[in-house]
Amino acid sequence: MKPPPLDILTPSSLAEALSMLTEYGDEARPLAGGQSLVPLLNFRLSRPAILIDLNKIADLAYIKDEGTHIAIGAMTRERAIEVSDLVRKETPLLQEATTQIAHLPIRSRGTIGGSLANADPAAEYPAVVLALECELVAQSVRGERRIKAAAFFEDILTTALEPDELLTEIIVPKIPDGSGSAFVEIARRHGDFALAGIAAQITFAKSAPTDVRLAVCGAGTTASRLTAAEEIIQRDGVGAEAIKAASDAAAVSVDPMSDLHASADYRRRLTAVMTAQAVEKAAQRAGVIS
Amino acid sequence: MKAPRTVSLTVNGEALSGEASPRMLFADFLRDVLGKTGTHVGCEHGVCGACTVIVDDVAVRSCLMFAVQAEGADVKTVEGLADGEELHPLQKLFSEHRALQCGYCTPGMLMTAIDLVESSDALSEQDIKVGMSAALCRCTGYEGIVKAVTAYAEQVHGKPVTRESDNG
Repeated sequence: MKPPPLDILTPSSLAEALSMLTEYGDEARPLAGGQSLVPLLNFRLSRPAILIDLNKIADLAYIKDEGTHIAIGAMTRERAIEVSDLVRKETPLLQEATTQIAHLPIRSRGTIGGSLANADPAAEYPAVVLALECELVAQSVRGERRIKAAAFFEDILTTALEPDELLTEIIVPKIPDGSGSAFVEIARRHGDFALAGIAAQITFAKSAPTDVRLAVCGAGTTASRLTAAEEIIQRDGVGAEAIKAASDAAAVSVDPMSDLHASADYRRRLTAVMTAQAVEKAAQRAGVIS
Repeated sequence: MKAPRTVSLTVNGEALSGEASPRMLFADFLRDVLGKTGTHVGCEHGVCGACTVIVDDVAVRSCLMFAVQAEGADVKTVEGLADGEELHPLQKLFSEHRALQCGYCTPGMLMTAIDLVESSDALSEQDIKVGMSAALCRCTGYEGIVKAVTAYAEQVHGKPVTRESDNG
């Protein structure tokens, strides 16, 4: 229950961190907030020889208004996102999801980049960046590239990042007028990983949905968009029957795992219930239904 | 490469330093190197909250940090709460409301509650229940803990903690 022998390198700039990552390759792991990685080290489930601690790179922690979008540095603490007025105003889905991540002392250290790069299937942020159609900026000594959220999550704990790349920034488009959002999840206790959670961002024009984004976490090997449910809401609106049909479609479209917390079938049912709740809440917040 | 390093930091207002190998957890550094055994170690994977301390004004799990990451940090532990024999107001409230039995979780409960209350302007009872779910207690059933933290929030914020209806 103590970490294996390892060394910790503490770069003070991104350039230094990227060259260390290239130099040490598979021997090294980047250390962000450590709220998932350190437990794995304590359990000896992960045994890297070297940790590259990103916590002293001050210019990777920021929340900036870039006009059409918000740019969030990968080392921004979840707690900073939770209390950001800019996030609350321009992308309330991200704020609401953040309050549901673990507990305050975990959010004090945990980072958005760490959560996304870890790609835990039950984590909140992957579903949020899918629903918001964010772009994720990856950097290496070879240069920089932007990865669409839809192409980022490849499998359980596996992303499109190359071994020498670091996730450095998350580009979050601002939501348009007439849009409503909701993040709802079910966990055994507040702060536990979600058994199933839904991120919804729905834009309306004169009460008709024009852009429907629904993403699920906890119900498969990665977070994913619920395209069948999205199409039903887009076509049929947010009346009770359409919501019922969409939530049934959501349940059929997911492929959850059974584990000691919940069976696959129970997770599928929760996906339906959470989908209905999220769509209703998002439509209420957009002022389309009461 | 893995040789011990000197870590210098401030603990409860006192400048301290000690040697830590890179793999040493901050909780173990506080206890075994600095002798601050008030901070307890429970699960060692961030779930139980017993090791919670305040680092640079926010509550964190000291079992999920490395000692070398605390270089230059301003740390508050349970030893820094009382003023000599005079208990901290939250410690008094824990005693009055019977918010502890065996006491193992108490240091983490106190540091969690201080951050929860002092980083906010107002809290509801539900906020307190959710916030204090960050730390586990196997004795009390939480009733006394919630009462003590509620009373502390009322002292600090100077206004009552709002209660939801019981069926909420």
